[in-house]
Amino acid sequence: MTVTNNAGPGSDVEVRTDLITVVIDGVEMQVPKGTLVIRAAEQLGIEIPRFCDHPLLEPVAACRACLIEVEGMPKPQPACAQVLSDGMNVKTQYSSDVAREAQEGVMEFLLLNHPLDCPVCDKGGECPLQNQAMSVGRPDTRFDGAKREFEKPINVSAQILLDRERCVSCARCTRFADQIAGDPLIDLLARGAKQQVGTADDVPFDSYFSGNTVQICPVGALTSASYRFRSRPFDLVSVPTTCEHCASGCSLRTDYRRGVVARRLAWDDPEVNEEWNCDKGRYAFAYLAEGRIDSPMIRENGELRVASWPEAIAVAAQGLADAKGRAGVLVGGRSTVEDAYAYARFARTVLGTDDIDFRVRQTSDEETQFLASSVAGAPVTTTYDGLEGAPAVLLVSFEPEDESPIVFLRLRKAAKRGTAVVSVAPFASAGLTKMSGRLLPTRPGAEAAALRALPEDVRAQLGEDGAVIMVGERAAGSAGTLSAAVELAQQTGARLAWVPRRAGERGALDAGALAGLLPGGRPLEDAQARAQVAEAWGIEPGELPGGNGRSGQALLEAARDGVFDALLVGGVELADFPDPALATAAIDAAGFVVSLENHHSAVTQRADVVLPVAVVTEKSGTFIDWEGRPRPFSQVFRDALTMSDARVLSMIASAAGVTAPGDVRSLRAELGGLGPWSGGRFTAPAEASGEAPAGTVLASWRLLLDAGLMQEGNPHLAATARPTVAVVSKATAAALGETATVTGPAGSVTLPVVAADIADGVVWVPMNSPGCHIHADLGVVPGASVQLSAGGAA
Amino acid sequence: MALTPVITEHWDDPELFTIDGYRRHGGYRALESAIHQDPDALIALVKDSGLRGRGGAGFPTGLKWSFVPQDGKPHYLVVNGDESEPGACKDIPIMLANPHSLVEGVIITSYAIRANHAFIYIRGEVPEAIRRVANAVREAREAGYIGKNILGSGFDLDVVVHAGAGAYICGEETALLDSLEGFRGQPRLKPPFPAVAGLYAAPTVINNVETICNIPYLVDRGVDWFRQFGTEKSPGFKVFAISGHVNRPGIYEAPLGITMRELLDYAGGMRDGREVKFWLPGGSSVPMLTADHLDLPLTYEDIAAAGSMLGTGTPMLFDDTVSVVKAVTRWLEFYKHESCGQCTPCREGTYFITGTLERFEEGHGTDREMDTLADLCGQISGRSFCALGDAAATPYPAAMKYFRDEFVAATSTPVDQQFDPAASYVFSGAIAR
Repeated sequence: MTVTNNAGPGSDVEVRTDLITVVIDGVEMQVPKGTLVIRAAEQLGIEIPRFCDHPLLEPVAACRACLIEVEGMPKPQPACAQVLSDGMNVKTQYSSDVAREAQEGVMEFLLLNHPLDCPVCDKGGECPLQNQAMSVGRPDTRFDGAKREFEKPINVSAQILLDRERCVSCARCTRFADQIAGDPLIDLLARGAKQQVGTADDVPFDSYFSGNTVQICPVGALTSASYRFRSRPFDLVSVPTTCEHCASGCSLRTDYRRGVVARRLAWDDPEVNEEWNCDKGRYAFAYLAEGRIDSPMIRENGELRVASWPEAIAVAAQGLADAKGRAGVLVGGRSTVEDAYAYARFARTVLGTDDIDFRVRQTSDEETQFLASSVAGAPVTTTYDGLEGAPAVLLVSFEPEDESPIVFLRLRKAAKRGTAVVSVAPFASAGLTKMSGRLLPTRPGAEAAALRALPEDVRAQLGEDGAVIMVGERAAGSAGTLSAAVELAQQTGARLAWVPRRAGERGALDAGALAGLLPGGRPLEDAQARAQVAEAWGIEPGELPGGNGRSGQALLEAARDGVFDALLVGGVELADFPDPALATAAIDAAGFVVSLENHHSAVTQRADVVLPVAVVTEKSGTFIDWEGRPRPFSQVFRDALTMSDARVLSMIASAAGVTAPGDVRSLRAELGGLGPWSGGRFTAPAEASGEAPAGTVLASWRLLLDAGLMQEGNPHLAATARPTVAVVSKATAAALGETATVTGPAGSVTLPVVAADIADGVVWVPMNSPGCHIHADLGVVPGASVQLSAGGAA
Repeated sequence: MALTPVITEHWDDPELFTIDGYRRHGGYRALESAIHQDPDALIALVKDSGLRGRGGAGFPTGLKWSFVPQDGKPHYLVVNGDESEPGACKDIPIMLANPHSLVEGVIITSYAIRANHAFIYIRGEVPEAIRRVANAVREAREAGYIGKNILGSGFDLDVVVHAGAGAYICGEETALLDSLEGFRGQPRLKPPFPAVAGLYAAPTVINNVETICNIPYLVDRGVDWFRQFGTEKSPGFKVFAISGHVNRPGIYEAPLGITMRELLDYAGGMRDGREVKFWLPGGSSVPMLTADHLDLPLTYEDIAAAGSMLGTGTPMLFDDTVSVVKAVTRWLEFYKHESCGQCTPCREGTYFITGTLERFEEGHGTDREMDTLADLCGQISGRSFCALGDAAATPYPAAMKYFRDEFVAATSTPVDQQFDPAASYVFSGAIAR
């Protein structure tokens, strides 16, 4: 327990009352009850060798490398499992011959059957076995027998390879898979020196988190197909970065060599991703280098041609300036805060428009109002730690394992400690099962009604201090859901968190890249807000456009109807819009289209000016994760020749006669200078509950590993994705047979059938996986009515 | 000292394994009295008797039972019938010949510790024993000794007979629990001890088969009767299973405190009038003793004082046709084969030692390797995760203590040239030379 004590005038000193006094290597120290010897020693800077020990895994005391002497105990004890008690006198290898000899003995044993192939091993140079053999091992071995041999390597999954002869059986990988990821698909097999890690026949280690096992392997036994034999650690340059894939906000380490990213690792951030990340964040980075647009282009006689930067900027500036007041901006969901802010500023100052949106997905006016009232610029109220300590977490239109995997890991950890996870969803997904979650079965479209008729016990749980409601971006597609979530939060006192899927959405919202909003959640119509922002931007408040801009579907429809003379488009994939045909028609209808992109797309194919921009490794910036926590990152390739979106926009603005900052430092300073908004806000939406349509209704979300464009270029990663299937009820499955055809207005897909505990009349398919892209293939959104028939029949 | 057949008293009755045969000799009389007694009184009775665990460690049984918290939460009795120790062959004969004494003991013990579920884990390689115990449980259930409201006492009990899958390590009690739960058998980290968090994380008492078989007789005949056998620290009688180069190997039930020499006489002495060269009081995991130790009383305390352990109480005797180097190598090969692989010292140490010993056996050992072997045993003993590692580190140091010369000889001459292997076969007389 912690009490606060006034130790002196004006100083609050925290005094812990549960401390015990122990001695390690003659140094007296105080530690909380329950502290392990190895952790306490670390605090003193005493490094006890270890292999099986990992601070986030339960101790097993299997490798015995950390044996130390405890006064009064007849045998050496494993420091990784020995809990300190008051008065305990511990002697490590630095003050005890028993401990030193025990550790040397274990090290000798560990190296017996180890191939010592360090010169060709990927781990060589960053290998705990290598390092600790040097620090605590004997210089020579007494073993001259035959070492155990295994066929090498074996694929435990398409992505993860295992060289069994290097393994020291520490079981970190198997414990991670079981305890952290909840995917116990690898385990130790056989016994004695033949003990080895393996999988069941035909059940590969297809876990979304499998790459973490490679990172925590203390030897070179586990390697990834992506990195194996690619580099030596000492040839790499490491830069701390932030993951750009989802809104989990993982801290990463990017290692590059000769201007190319060689690998990415999860970096240690106890408040966010702890020491983990998902395989998408780890392995999906080939897109950074492959297929890039390398020079500006201008459309001439219907064809794009390469242009110089000055020419392209001049053409873009002219076309956009001519459209002032009649232009729209599509930012995309993957911008940094700084870039999104530059778009928001550019729209209002150069284009004189409030027709701007960052959302490339299903949206609704209700969602726009919800974001403006309840999310934009709101202070951080719910954190990862808050989830871990929450008595209950209600998930609404949100599948954490697929849509924000680090939220999933933290919720799973919380659930193991007693947090009740409850999900409003069509069926219990694998992720919910792994969180021991409770399902409130809900037909797509009926989420609002479910929230408004929540079981009393769940409502009571949400009333407990610290409870959280997490609502996903898909809630926008179900009328009344966001309104009901706000109501529920107000009624129960639970905190409300909105979890978008893309890394840039929360930042873009806070930066004002949404119609009606200025930075920090300031309403564009609010006089004080206008005055503050106009001052920051060096213009008169009257020069700002009115706050009746269009967003979402209305923006696209306006474009299609020829309202805009110009469109400024950031990183936008038209197929990600719920109606790709509408989005394509919108681009086609605009008189002049400027595309800031790093890869060719359906937008660049239609653009009049294409301006290549930097990817995350070529710029610095900030993502804001779902918590609202800024996740700044620095430039990996400092000599990159590419420019960020903000820099390019600054150049266009300049050519159009408007001064706008383009460097990250100035943008941050300007945005920071505006500070938080304390004035009036939009009111929260209060929409009536929608209904699920009659007949068969479609449930869907994006799988973590799917046909997303940023995952291109890594077939090993793609091979670990979940299969594209249609999930139906057992009765429906029996009627359908092995495959089912799902038909919507735009066409149909035929998929293998998987039976689950899902309501009759609901079919789930992945939103954008190989062989099933619901927007393009079916022409539908989740919650739509579809036809379901036995496979093959249309 | 006279033999004292108790558990083995009626083994000559071919029907003893049936419930009728067992009841003919007073079977289930103890249960009928115990089931109406205060459970705490039964625990006190066992405590007072001084009965010590017969599985090898000799932990006081009544004390173990008293550790189980009686807070109304579920807890279990698990019987360890995974007898796999080289040289140990007492539990399996008991389960074959007198399975109902085990079942009766299980019911009384479960009642005493207030467990409503008991599990009998039997070594998978002996289907005959599994069948007999399973049959005994079925008969006991049909007779109303197992099930709901046993003998009108209000006490419910279910007994499950579970077959092991062939791993020595599953005789280690926490590995046994993992195996019983359906996992791969590997020892668990302690604490928590099974008495606090054992099977399915519930408080669990784990007793050896022979220990449990003592219970009906103890309950029926009382503490005074029990304590007339044995010593103050090792009261009672013991099922000694004698094997090796003796004329009549087999089961001899005698009071604790009988000497090896007396037991050897019952077993007809060494074959062909040969001398005892070395012997192990209780399985391959205890240090060997020599002919000089034949007059030691077989008690936990006396054997420990001589530097060995009573262990399972199943003496193995070897005559002078046997090479100590060869015997130690065979044992180490066993431990290497059976090491579960969880901890480094046992997994790698047995691999290293065995390979080295095999070279000695071929006459290719070196003086330096003799020291290395001693070192390696020191690197395992007290450093491994469970007692299997300690056991693997036992044979070599004990052998070196008494028979160093044989290892020295093995640095130049293959063992088979020093000792004719055929001569050491138990049935050597039957083998044509």
